[in-house]
Amino acid sequence: MEQNNYKGWLYLLPAAAFLGAFLVYPLIDVFIYSVEEGYNFASQTYWGVGGYNFSYVLHDPYFLQALKNTFILVLITVPVSTGLGLLISVGLASIRRLRELYQTVYFLPYVTNTLAVGLVFMILFKQTPYSDGFANLILSRFGAGPIDFIGGPYWAKMLVLCLYTVWVVMPFKVLILTSALASVDETYYNAARVDGTSKMRIFFKITLPMISPTVFYLIITGFIGAFKAYSDAVALFGTDLNAAEMNTIVGYIYDMLYGASGGYPSYASAAAVLLFAIVLTITCINLMVSKKHVHY
Amino acid sequence: MDYEKIEKNALVRQRALKAVTYALLTLWAVLVLFPFYWMVLTSLKSYGAYNAEWVPKLYTLSPTLENYREAFTAVPLAGYFVNTIIFTVITTAAMLLVTVLAAFAFARLNFRGKNLAFTAFLALMMIPSELVVITNFVTITNLDLRNTFTGLILPSVTSVFYIYLLKENFAQIPDELYYAAKVDGTSDLKYLFKVMIPICRPTIITVTILKVIECWNAYVWPRLITDDESYFLVSNGIQAIRENGFGRDNIPAMMAAVVVISAPLILLFLIFRRKIMAGVSRGGVKG
Repeated sequence: MEQNNYKGWLYLLPAAAFLGAFLVYPLIDVFIYSVEEGYNFASQTYWGVGGYNFSYVLHDPYFLQALKNTFILVLITVPVSTGLGLLISVGLASIRRLRELYQTVYFLPYVTNTLAVGLVFMILFKQTPYSDGFANLILSRFGAGPIDFIGGPYWAKMLVLCLYTVWVVMPFKVLILTSALASVDETYYNAARVDGTSKMRIFFKITLPMISPTVFYLIITGFIGAFKAYSDAVALFGTDLNAAEMNTIVGYIYDMLYGASGGYPSYASAAAVLLFAIVLTITCINLMVSKKHVHY
Repeated sequence: MDYEKIEKNALVRQRALKAVTYALLTLWAVLVLFPFYWMVLTSLKSYGAYNAEWVPKLYTLSPTLENYREAFTAVPLAGYFVNTIIFTVITTAAMLLVTVLAAFAFARLNFRGKNLAFTAFLALMMIPSELVVITNFVTITNLDLRNTFTGLILPSVTSVFYIYLLKENFAQIPDELYYAAKVDGTSDLKYLFKVMIPICRPTIITVTILKVIECWNAYVWPRLITDDESYFLVSNGIQAIRENGFGRDNIPAMMAAVVVISAPLILLFLIFRRKIMAGVSRGGVKG
C-alpha cells in the first residue's frame, strides 16, 4: 500500500479536531481548574495554586450527603440488579415459547427517556392531598400505612431511587447475560446430565463459571454507571436535589457549575476529580478480585 | 424399583419448575410494562376524574384526548419536539461524517503515526464525560454559544467508540476490492462512498440508531447550556413542565406530554428491534 502521509491525517482531521477541543483539552483543563484557588468565573483570575478546592469540597455537607447517597445507591443497586438480571436471564434461557416477546418487553426501558418515565414513577409513589398514590394503595392491602415516598422520610426516597435505578439498568444486563448464556457450549450440559447432576449444581459449577467474565463486566460497568447516577434522581425529585437530600456526586458537580448555587468551576472540578479517583479505585479493586474468581 | 413413579415425579417437578419460571418472567414483564400502562391510562383520564380518585383506578371508562390538546397548547411541547429533532438530525449526521472519515483513515489508508494515533483514540474511550463537561461548559459560555444549536451540538458530536466499531467493520473488507478499484482509477473518497459504506451499511445503521437514542435522551449537556425555553430539548422540556408547566398540578396533561415524548423512540425500537438489541449488546453503554 502506498504511503500517503498528509492524506491520512486529512481524513482524521475532523475527528481529531472535535476530540481535541472537547475531550483532550477539557481533560487537562479540569485538573488545572481543580488546583486553582479562588478562581473567579467573571474575571477568569485566581489567587493561588493548592489543595484548597479539594478541602472545601470534602468539608461541604452537601458533598458529604451526595457521597453517602451515591455509595448507598451503588451498594444496593449493583448487587440487586446483577442478581435479578442473572435470575431473569437464566429463566429466559430455559424457555422457548414467548421468549422473543419477553425479551422485547424487558428491553423497553432502555429506549425510554429517563426523565419522562421517572415522572411516571414519581406519580406512582407520590402522596398528594388528592390521593395516596398507587404504591400506597398496594401497601394498604398489606396493612401498611401511607408513606410519602417522594417528599417523606429519607429511606423511603432512597428506596424509590434504588427501585427506579434497577428498573432502568435491567434491560442492558438482561440483554448481555442472555447472549452470554446462549454462547455456553451445550456439550458441558449434556455431560453433566449424563452424570445426573442436579440443576442447582449445573448452574453453580458450569453456567456461572462459564459466564463469569460477562457477569464481571456487568459488575464493573454497573459500579461505574451507578457512581455517575444523576438524571434518575432529577427525574424523581426535581432539579433541587440538595433540598430533597437526594443529591449524587454528579449532581453536586453540576450544581457547583451551574444553577442557583453555581458559578464555581473550581469546586466542580475538584469534585469531578474526586469522583474519577473513587471510580478508578473501585474499578482497580474489582479487577484484582476478578483475577481470583473469573475463569477465562 | 418403581420406574413409572420416578418418571412421573420427575415430570411433575419439571412442570412445576416451568410454571414458576413463567410466573417469574411474567411478573417482571408486568413490572416493566406497568409504568407505560399507567402513563397512557392517566393521560386518557380527564383532569376532574383524575383528581376525584382518592383510590387510583386501574382503568377508565371515559377516555378523553383533551390532555393531549392541553399538552400541545399550554406548554411549548411542539417546540421542544422540533428542537430535539433538529438537534438529533444534525448531531447524528455530523457524527456519521466525522466517524466514517476517521474509520476509513484507520482501516484503509497508510500513514506515518497511524498506530500511535489509533492507540491514542482508544485511550480516549476511557475518559468519563463528567470530567470534561466542566471545561466544555466554560468554553461554550466564553464563545457566547449558550442557547444556540451550535453550542448544543458541537461537544455532542464526538464518539470514539463508534469510530472503533466502524473501523473494525471496514477492516473486514478484502484488500482486493481496493486494489481493483485503484486499477480502475477510482479515488479514495469515491471508493469509500461507493464500496465501503454500502458494504458496511448494517453497522452504520446500528451506529446511527444508537446515536439517535442517545441524542433523544440527552439531558445533562442541554440543561447546562440552555436556559432559554425556546431552545429546550424534550428532556429539559419535561423537567420544565414538571416544575412549572400547567400552572396547577395537572398530572393527566403531564402524562400526555410524557407519552408524546416517549412514543418516537418506542416506535423506532419496535421497527428496528433486532438491530438495536444487537447494537447495544456490542457496544451499548448504560448500566
